Parts: sequence; C-alpha cells; structure tokens
Amino acid sequence: MGYSDKVRGVYQETLKKIEDAGLFKTERTIFSSQAAEIEVEFPVGAPRKRVINMCANNYLGLSSHPDVVQAAHKGLDTHGYGMSSVRFICGTQDIHKELEKKITEFLGTEDTILFPSCMDANAGVFEAILTEEDVMISDRLVHASIIDGIRLSPAMRDTFKHQNMEHLEQKLQEFENKRIKVVITDGVFSMDGDTARLDEMVALCEKYDALLFVDDSHSSGFIGKTGRGTHEKYGVMGKIDIITTTFGKALGGASGGCVSGRREIVEMCRQKARPYLFSNTIAPVVVSGVLNVLETLSKSTERRDKLETNSDYWRKGLLDAGFVLQPGDTPIIPVMLFNAKLAQNFSRDLYEEGIYAIGFFFPVVPNGAARIRTQISAAHEIHHLDKALAAFIKVGKKYNILGKTKKEIVEMYGL
Amino acid sequence: MNNMKDIVLKYVIDEYLDDPDEELTYDSPLISGGIVDSFSMVSLKRFLEATYKISLPDDRATPEAFDTVNSIVTLVEEFISKKS
Repeated sequence: MGYSDKVRGVYQETLKKIEDAGLFKTERTIFSSQAAEIEVEFPVGAPRKRVINMCANNYLGLSSHPDVVQAAHKGLDTHGYGMSSVRFICGTQDIHKELEKKITEFLGTEDTILFPSCMDANAGVFEAILTEEDVMISDRLVHASIIDGIRLSPAMRDTFKHQNMEHLEQKLQEFENKRIKVVITDGVFSMDGDTARLDEMVALCEKYDALLFVDDSHSSGFIGKTGRGTHEKYGVMGKIDIITTTFGKALGGASGGCVSGRREIVEMCRQKARPYLFSNTIAPVVVSGVLNVLETLSKSTERRDKLETNSDYWRKGLLDAGFVLQPGDTPIIPVMLFNAKLAQNFSRDLYEEGIYAIGFFFPVVPNGAARIRTQISAAHEIHHLDKALAAFIKVGKKYNILGKTKKEIVEMYGL
Repeated sequence: MNNMKDIVLKYVIDEYLDDPDEELTYDSPLISGGIVDSFSMVSLKRFLEATYKISLPDDRATPEAFDTVNSIVTLVEEFISKKS
C-alpha cells in the first residue's frame, strides 16, 4: 500500500485545480439506447428527462438500428464474445479479414488494417512508418489523437495554418529535402464542421512528392455522393495515401478504427504499429455489426441523403432565425456564441427545453470562439428539428442574440 | 529591422496569425492566450535557433518561456551570451 495520504493529497490538489479552472468534466448518464431521443439524468440524482439529442456522432442513425443489432447478435452466436489474444497470435478471425477487405473496397484504397479504435490507429501509424529522416506537416486544427500520434513518432514535425494552402506550400518547400514528407489533415474538422480541400492538397502533395494523410472519422459513411468520405467529395478517391477512420461514429457507433491506404504502409503498420501489436482487435460482435453497416451503405445512399436533407434544413432554420453559424456543408453545425459563459448558460437552458446540445469553449476551441456544437443525424425526423429549432429561438430571444452579428454579441457579452 | 523583438514579433505574426492586422504586442500572451498552441511552437523554436545560431534545450523552450515576445527575447539573449 504505497497510496499514502501524501500521494492522495497530490491528486486531490490537482483535481481541485482542474475544477477551479472550470475544466472538470462530468459524465451525463443515459438510460436508453443511443437515438434521436434519449433519456438522460443530469445532474446526478436529478429526475430522468427525455430529450432530443443534438450532440451525438450518430450521423447515419445506425447506433441502435434493428438490422445492425440483429447482425451483432448473429456475430455473437457464430464467432463468440472475445478473442483473448492479439491479432498475430490467435486473435484473427475470418470476419476480421472480411471487414478489412470490405473497408478497402468501400474507401477505394489498396489495403486496410483494423485497430481497437481510431485513436489507436492515429497513435500507432506515424511511429510505424516514419523515422528521423522524415517530416510530418499537420493542419493546426487536427484531432488530439493525431497530435498524440505525431508526438510518438521520431520524425520531425511542423504545422500549417488551418486550411491555408499557401502556408502548407511554404512548409513543403522548407522540407523539400526530407526523405518522406507527410501532410496530415482531418477530412471534416470536428469542432467547425468544415472540410479539408483535398483536391488542392493532393495537387500540392503531388507537386512536392509528399504523402497525404486524412483522418475521415467525421466523414466516412456520409460525406461524398455515395458516402465514401471527403476524398469522394473532392474527386480524389485513390489518391489519398493514408486514411484513418472510426467505426465509433457513423458506421454503427460502437468502437474500432482502421488505417487504410497504400499496401506497403498498411503492411508496415501490421509489422510495427504498437496499438495493433499489443492489444486485442475489435470484438467479433462489433465486427459483425460494422459488416452489416457497410453492406447497407453499399446498397443504398438513402440514409446519407436523409442526413444531408436534415442538415440543410437545420442550417437554414438557424440562419433564418438569425443565429451566427460557422460556414460549412456537413452535419456538424456550430452555433457561435463567442463567450464561454453564454455558451454554458445557453446549453443549460436548452436542456430545460428538452434539447441536449453541449457548449464548447477555450481550450477546446480558440479563446473567444465559444459555441454550441450541433450534430445532425439521419435518425432525426423533421419534428425533432422543428422542436429543437423552437427551443433555440426561445433561448436565443432570452439572450437577445437573434439577428445580431458577432461584433454585437461580443459587445453584449464579451469574449 | 534589426531589433530582435521586432524580428520575433514579425515571425509570430506571419507564422501564427490568420489575420495580419490583428494587434500583437511584445507582451501579448501567445500560448496562454491561445494565439500559439504549444504543439505548433516547434517552428518558432527552429526559427530562433537558425536565426541566432543557438540551441535551445527542450527543458528551457517551455510554453512559459515562449509565452510573450519579451520572454522569448530574454531566453534567446541568455543563450547568445553563453556562446560568447
């Protein structure tokens, strides 16, 4: 027992500092399946409340879809619950290989390797494929898991201004003599909902002989005409060298991720990526669910089309009501409030109205860019969106921000 | 423009600001103010090392030491004086 009062005190003090800084995170318990409407207890001990969920990554509404649940049940019956082994000892089943093949076909790449999560894929890939002779050049707003992965790699690193192609080109010129250059971006940026301009990035990478890495976690399944991702939207399928994505969002929402791309790069991950080598892969029950999702999405674009219609409807409703939005055309639609306290109060008031949407503020987003991030789902029906819109308008009127510009809102509430 | 403070300030504006008209002073909090994220600090460190022909060890190139143009210049001057 080395857990002395002194050690306990160290942690208690640190936790207190986190709390004092307003950064203490609490979980909100949900007593239902993930869906457009959920039953939530918040805060702890409060009566359960049925609310419209506007903040899940359940873009295609497949998290609790009966077909996916049934496929998962079947997988549980035929392939068991767990593997009790990493992939290369005795943890690879036929369905794991089948899922890798199906993902490769779906994304239009050369090969795929599964990871326990996309966090693991991003954490493992750069260390596996790069050395001190190489350089990683990342957009400044890439996901935290990519930053962790970059930190684990011995290669040199640099960043470029968010979506700024001139700055990226400048960096590519600066590192022209490196053995391997990797340009790193999210496909859809999760806080702003904007899409990386992959056509321009591919052109730059071709010009400077660089690899292009895209994390398409907030895209796979619904961005692009047939939902293949950001590379489909920008007409560059087959030209992205490394795609990482998750099965924990649109593609069923359970867990798991992958690295998909050039054959040799995937093979390098199989040989060297530590989260792949030293952890069990995705459980058979989840693999079975994802296989069903991919089959559904390959047959019909109905769900991504509905998501697009819903997203357009929601964005137009908010704009017509006079909210300031981040520009974009994805299901991530941030309502800009700029002031952190206002974002917190706005979220609390929405919850009172039966709408579950979270406020984000510094350091998660830049200082003075606080917002309510809304995320639309194909599981939403128009009546959900109408009810949510009515609540947003009611709360917006309370704070007198409708029809106001950023400057006016900042004048009222500060940054 | 030979003044070290102005050289560093110009680099920070060019490298990190999206809006070049945004006002930045020698005392603006770069990292704690969210202007430069600590992960992107690496290019500033490389710039200082190349421009002033010094080597800044990681334990001195901290977010605190890089938080304002003034504190950066103090750090750089310390390492320049060590060279001579």
